[in-house]
Amino acid sequence: MAQNYFSRLLEGLSRTREAISGVFIGRQVLDASFLLDLEEALILSDVGHETTEVLINKLKQRARPGMNLKALVREEIAGLLNQQPWRIELPPDALAVILVVGVNGTGKTTSAGKMAHLFRVEGRKPLLAAADTFRAAAGEQLEIWAKRAGVDCVRHREGADPAAVVFDAISAARHRGADLVIADTAGRLHTKTNLMEELRKIRRVVEREVPGAPNETLLVLDATTGQNGLAQAEVFQQMLNITGIVLTKMDGTAKGGVVLAIAHKMGLPVKLVGVGEKLEDLLYFDPHAFAESLVQ
Amino acid sequence: MFSNLASRLADTFKRLRGMGKLTEADVDRALREVRLSLLEADVNFHVVRDFIKKVRERAVGQEVMASLTPGQQVVKIVYEELTRLMGSTKSGLNLSGNPPAVIMLVGLQGSGKTTTAAKLGLHLRKSGRSVMLAACDTYRPAAQDQLARVGEKAGIPTYGVGVAKDPVAIAREAVVEARRLGKDTLIVDTAGRLHVDEVLMDELSRMKQAVNPKEVLLVCDAMTGQDAVNLAQAFSEQLGIDGVILTKLDGDARGGAALSLRAVTGRPVKYVGVGEKLEALEPFHPDRMAGRILGMGDVLTLIERAEETFNAEQARKMEQKLRKQQFTLEDFLEQLKHIKRMGPLDQILGMIPGFSGNRALSKVDVDPKELIRIEAIINSMTRQERENPAIINGSRRKRIAAGSGTRVQDVNKLLRQYSEITKMMKQLSSVEKNLKRGKFPFM
Repeated sequence: MAQNYFSRLLEGLSRTREAISGVFIGRQVLDASFLLDLEEALILSDVGHETTEVLINKLKQRARPGMNLKALVREEIAGLLNQQPWRIELPPDALAVILVVGVNGTGKTTSAGKMAHLFRVEGRKPLLAAADTFRAAAGEQLEIWAKRAGVDCVRHREGADPAAVVFDAISAARHRGADLVIADTAGRLHTKTNLMEELRKIRRVVEREVPGAPNETLLVLDATTGQNGLAQAEVFQQMLNITGIVLTKMDGTAKGGVVLAIAHKMGLPVKLVGVGEKLEDLLYFDPHAFAESLVQ
Repeated sequence: MFSNLASRLADTFKRLRGMGKLTEADVDRALREVRLSLLEADVNFHVVRDFIKKVRERAVGQEVMASLTPGQQVVKIVYEELTRLMGSTKSGLNLSGNPPAVIMLVGLQGSGKTTTAAKLGLHLRKSGRSVMLAACDTYRPAAQDQLARVGEKAGIPTYGVGVAKDPVAIAREAVVEARRLGKDTLIVDTAGRLHVDEVLMDELSRMKQAVNPKEVLLVCDAMTGQDAVNLAQAFSEQLGIDGVILTKLDGDARGGAALSLRAVTGRPVKYVGVGEKLEALEPFHPDRMAGRILGMGDVLTLIERAEETFNAEQARKMEQKLRKQQFTLEDFLEQLKHIKRMGPLDQILGMIPGFSGNRALSKVDVDPKELIRIEAIINSMTRQERENPAIINGSRRKRIAAGSGTRVQDVNKLLRQYSEITKMMKQLSSVEKNLKRGKFPFM
């Protein structure tokens, strides 16, 4: 599994690695043109100019003649990503709830389906809640993922109250002996106040029904997203107290560098990464492997 | 959160405006801010570099130094280059020729192709065309059902639902079916795919060959970062695209992708998606977008929207009141009702010149429930109070709060906002005059 994880993550990140590690070929001197190239590579990876500046300043402070600059950058990147708990910890013997939230089109439904598979393989009994009652056929889509993952799915008709769906899913989980409810919610831009309120209502219902829940509130972030990812994370954090990020679509050329900015500014960890379209293409995020694969 | 590009640039140029003459160092300082703003807005790194270079060349040259108002001149250059970068004139669809004219929508997963198919269908149907949709996304679970359902809401039939065969075959059959039903437009929704997926990219090429589309449109998320350029390049090299539809522009993404896409692919952005409703698709206006980015406001779109909502008589009355500055709370309430009909408030406000730069006003809550509260408060006032808000003293405030089920603070807040808005109205009318004189509103 470990081998498998690494190779798949590497595959997904290969483009980023090429972009960033291209900078290091034949260089061991920290001169102005080296720094300009590094800046370009980091910005082209969506790290953002502010976090790029922070990384470069740290590099300037620490670099000494004869040092391995690659290893140094890698260490700094891992350091940024590693400053927080990045594991998903669920109570072993009690009902747990995971809320899946995010803007439109980031891959929430797909991630929820893959998550059900991931946790089922780990020995839990998940149940999917189709709380996206807004997008046409979102419920059907989640139901198909539920079948693939071999778990139950609770859904109402289109336009129903999403909080009611989650409520029903929690009671269904209790009746059927499931110990994990994964709630897929409708995509919403973080700037729409009323839709964000709707999410808070879902959260309140979960808090009331299951003590200590939601155990995780995960923001699904598309790796192609640029600096707006930071605004998304900030608003969702403020409204819902999210616990981590699911970084999706890491199998393209997108670099996902904005998670560095998010980690730097908010200390918010990436917990899972989506690296393909198959059921098993959702992996635990490993900051060291990520840094390692960014700068080989 | 970052302040947005418009207000950042407005700040930069405010500083620049104060100077009598521009030195090279002044221009560089301002352009450094422009560069950072553009990078924060996700404009591609290389596009930014070229852009800054061009503006600098023009800005530190004779043109500016000889000018009496150098600051104004720099803004003009940035604006012109920005507009040029996005394509100078607005470009529509070319659907002439033998019907049905086929439009293919392509793009990454989650960019909004299915929703956009229905929106574009509705837009074309309203302009008198007879439209059909083709459900060629056989990969994503329930994607075909989704298209059929949004299609139904738009009053457009969908071909291919529940058909599990090769997407190319579905597309080919859809053309035949559209012809049989006498449809003149066929919009083909395809599966989202990564531009590095050779098998799926090849499938698109085969589909293009099979249905010979008049328009292949790349649907791109406005929140896309630096990668926008890679994907646009890949799609345009491997498939050939005729234009771009930029989606989710109703968020706070600064839409740097719009700036990059045209520069890199040479293809225009043709439409923008600005909301979840099916009507929320608008033609892309490069000049307006540039103006908006520069904090000049999107006055033209605002006027167009207003024209759809207000009738001429109402508009004339309101204008008179504004000119005489007799804009009362009663009118305020009337306006609120109209504004609600015009679309989400945050969008409307973003179009008003000077708004994105105005700190106090940008904090105005745009929660639609707020409008209901405001309505309740105004409804709890006497006619006299609405005509002349100055008479509303402490005890009147208490009574109004009790009557509307709100707190005194809410009443105070509303009165403050009202006075801000009347101030802004005055600004607006001076903006109008300045625009006629060819001046930039924030100068």
